[in-house]
Amino acid sequence: MPATFTRNQVEIERKDPGIGGKPPVDRRPTGGGGDGENWDNQPQGRRGPRELLIRYRLGVLFALAGDLMFFIALVSTFFVRQSSGHFDVHENFINDWRPLAVPHILWLNTAVLLLSSATMEMARRQLFREIDVMEEWLGLGRPAVKRAAPWLAATLALGIMFLAGQWIAWKQLVNEGFRFISPDPSSHFFYLITGIHGLHLVFGILALAAALTGLFTLKKIEFRQVAVDSVSWYWHAMGLFWIFLFVLLEFFQ
Amino acid sequence: MKIFTTNHRALGILYLYLALAAVGVGTILSLLMRFHRVWPNVTIPFFGLMKPEDYLALVTLHGTLMVFFVLTTAPQSGFANLVLPQQIGARGMAFPRINATAFWMTVAAFLVLVSGAHTTSGGVAISGWTSYPPLSAIPSAGPGQGLGMDLWLISIGIFCVASWLSAVNMLATILGERRAGMVWSRLPMTVWAWLVTSILSLLVFAVLLAAVVLLFSDRHFGSSFFIPAGDLINGRIVGHGDGSPLLWLHLFWFFGHPEVYIAVLPGMGLATSLFANFARRRVPAYLAMAGMLVAIGLLGLVVWGHHMFVSGMNPYAGTAFALTTMAIAVPSTVEVVGWLAMLWGGGMQLRTPMLFALGFLSFFIAGGLTGPLLAQPALDAYLHNTFFVVAHFHLVMAMAGIFSVFAGIYYWFPLMSGRLMNETLGKLHFWISLIAAYGTFFPMHFAGLAGEPRHYDRLAGPAMSFPSLIPVERGITFSAMLLAAAQLIFLWNVFASARSGRTAANNPWRATTLEWAAAADRKCIERGPYEYELPSGQEGFHPQWETIVREE
Amino acid sequence: MAAGFLLQLTGVPWMPSDGALHGPVVDRLMFWNLVALCVAALIAHLWLGFAIFRRQSAVGKFPAMIRWGLIASFCLMYAWMALTAQRLWAANRYFGPSTAAMQVEVVGEQFQWYFRYPGTDAVFGITRPQLVNAAAGNPLGIDVRDPHGADDIVSSILTLPAGREVDLQLRSLDVIHGFFIPGMRLKENTVPGMMLHVHFTPVSPGTYPILCSQVCGLGHQRMQARLLVLPAADFDSWLAGREQAQARRTGQ
Repeated sequence: MPATFTRNQVEIERKDPGIGGKPPVDRRPTGGGGDGENWDNQPQGRRGPRELLIRYRLGVLFALAGDLMFFIALVSTFFVRQSSGHFDVHENFINDWRPLAVPHILWLNTAVLLLSSATMEMARRQLFREIDVMEEWLGLGRPAVKRAAPWLAATLALGIMFLAGQWIAWKQLVNEGFRFISPDPSSHFFYLITGIHGLHLVFGILALAAALTGLFTLKKIEFRQVAVDSVSWYWHAMGLFWIFLFVLLEFFQ
Repeated sequence: MKIFTTNHRALGILYLYLALAAVGVGTILSLLMRFHRVWPNVTIPFFGLMKPEDYLALVTLHGTLMVFFVLTTAPQSGFANLVLPQQIGARGMAFPRINATAFWMTVAAFLVLVSGAHTTSGGVAISGWTSYPPLSAIPSAGPGQGLGMDLWLISIGIFCVASWLSAVNMLATILGERRAGMVWSRLPMTVWAWLVTSILSLLVFAVLLAAVVLLFSDRHFGSSFFIPAGDLINGRIVGHGDGSPLLWLHLFWFFGHPEVYIAVLPGMGLATSLFANFARRRVPAYLAMAGMLVAIGLLGLVVWGHHMFVSGMNPYAGTAFALTTMAIAVPSTVEVVGWLAMLWGGGMQLRTPMLFALGFLSFFIAGGLTGPLLAQPALDAYLHNTFFVVAHFHLVMAMAGIFSVFAGIYYWFPLMSGRLMNETLGKLHFWISLIAAYGTFFPMHFAGLAGEPRHYDRLAGPAMSFPSLIPVERGITFSAMLLAAAQLIFLWNVFASARSGRTAANNPWRATTLEWAAAADRKCIERGPYEYELPSGQEGFHPQWETIVREE
Repeated sequence: MAAGFLLQLTGVPWMPSDGALHGPVVDRLMFWNLVALCVAALIAHLWLGFAIFRRQSAVGKFPAMIRWGLIASFCLMYAWMALTAQRLWAANRYFGPSTAAMQVEVVGEQFQWYFRYPGTDAVFGITRPQLVNAAAGNPLGIDVRDPHGADDIVSSILTLPAGREVDLQLRSLDVIHGFFIPGMRLKENTVPGMMLHVHFTPVSPGTYPILCSQVCGLGHQRMQARLLVLPAADFDSWLAGREQAQARRTGQ
């Protein structure tokens, strides 16, 4: 991973978990959060630059793990509902599942989303280039921001394109007679899954917009890195979730 | 103290206040139920004559409040916010704002739930805290199943998101914010427990949220995830798809069983710490004890089917779930035997927190041992949904859970107020509560063995009567009243001690864990969490903030 | 069960007397499980009490051998419980009833149990939810155009012969109910959209309450019925009488 920093003193010390051996002289507790009241009188101390990044990565990772469980629950419901049915009065097994012909535009949407993941990754990598970081620290402007901003903007545009594509897909389905409020379980699942995924992307787009603004307004390079990095992992996860959901909707009807 | 604070300690106290409000309402509801069961034809002041649907509404609200807003919030969110960052030597939570958001969402969920009792014409939902469809899916299936059920679903949905946020914050804190030297083998047992409960919360509340979304969709958007074909309610056919009510049961209990561990695991961690502290002993086989907490949590994810032995689930699945459930008894036994071995040496200091921890152990044993009995589908086919089950989970989850909450409040009170709680009142509170709790819940085993089902608002009926149970039921009701009354002692003790209790010393219990460290003592961690019983230590124990003095 | 009977004499509530063939095994298992668990709880509490009242002992450490021995013996107990109960569960639920079993359908609907006998042709008629009309005497929605349905007998009391295996076909019209006969040690939910089967053999004639064990709405507590187990001869004459009555009814 090209996440590089000029390593300073604090970080080298933190490498050692301190299980055995002599206690180092300069041991500082890990950094705190943003609570105003410094109730245990801990001196602030210098934070390692990676620390904030790791904290936010952990947070995004766990949040996505919970989110993944939510989608797993939906997907298992999909399979259960697909196979459930009843016996009619003549002992025939009746199943009300009508396979849904998923609109072809979803293929295009999937490609757009994958492309947006690639641009997102490009944006993320721009912020971690050592030479740029160095230049900024030396007061030579903000080359990282200049490089990352177009990629972020491209991701934003592609994300909006994806959502527009989903909207077109819904329109097509409604025209074909598959509405959400209809007795068809497959269309319920289609709207529910694409809708909830779309809602996630709306949040993602808002976060992208915030990160893009932050790129220009945040003073510290660490904060800019955290903003873009968190959004990018979220965005990648949404891309990955979409691939699974799309495969489910397209091939497991 | 600001109200909209992001300080984790203040949030912990706020969580405890929320749990207090919920437990207060829940207790009053349970007293109304107990009163009605014994004197079904007596008009209750401020309530009137209780109708059958009122009784079911009380059961539903009581269960929901106690499970979600007391046993999930107090031991996990409340205490973890109070001391977790200090115990791992962090300066605060990883995401204080997310943490605060989770709290206020929990408050919102509580208000939405309780508002169902006042604002809606149909009243509160009546389908129990498990809300099995189609009863919960069709507004016409009963009073309270309209707006009341919607409010229940919205409340639980908000609660799920809040728990998700809270779990993300806890996990990021435990994994990322530990002080240098606070390695896994030096974590206090409470932190292990909160780690496991946070993982469980993260995994299972998401599934419950999905189930709630699907049920809401069934109610309002004409879908049929849980409503079967040809379902006929109140003379109208409402089922038009091939939904499956069993699907809800699976989704719900995938959440519902780990939820029990979310309620009781923090108590197990706290009890371990308190036994070590007040018996001045090391925790024997620390890694085994910690590992068993993790094992209980993980096994808890694969046992949900034991709530469904007679639900129409495949009997072979019943066998599988019976075996996994029986397997969970093994780590629980390791824990209990570990505690008993720890206490065997005697000489413990019976301060109030220790008494409540011992009470927790007593309930955990008494209620837990009926678990393996109920895990046998052949016997559960008789006992399922009888009062035997009510006795089981009230002892092992409710009483053990609430006693661990009491233990935590008595123990950590100095951290909240700088004062100690009154010992005499505390001991009085403990003994009355212990005896009254057994008096309330132990006889329910016999009611269950006699075949009395849950959710019946009276003992008689068109086909049956239980004359031999009437004195038992009276005894239970009187005992429950005593149990509730004993909590007034606790309330008095809390508020009086907070105002004018004895000022606590720096480390009043001579504990080893870091939440008791003075600010200046916070250094790199080099010691395990329970270094007691030292023949030659200066105090007989080494707190975790002490550094190891070396010869050279 | 003798011990249960003794307990009942002392006034402690206990399981109602059993009327099913598989009941004694359930009762015996229940009894010995409870004995084992009570002994375990008692020992644990004695241990706890002893430790509480004991002064600090010189021996600090509890021998690890005894600890793991205790845990192992508990594991053995759990294994015994799992095995015995699984055998009983398998015997009751893994396999269907014998072909000679009598067929009865149990239908739960909000706050009422109905029992349907297939009549002389031994085949249940077709039911449709659209036809359900309790006021018109058709609470289960039996389709009168179906010849199999004409002779079906619907009763609100479950009458069964003693000594013959019964195959109950459980279904529900509206919400989930719990079909519970404490006296027969039998419980299974009736789930709308599902047709579930349980089988058992009543042996002792008498009247047993049938309860609803799954909360189903405001009348949940009222949702009770009776099981009447008759000696075989009495049952035959009861059934013949009902069949004739049904024939007269449909003949009109």
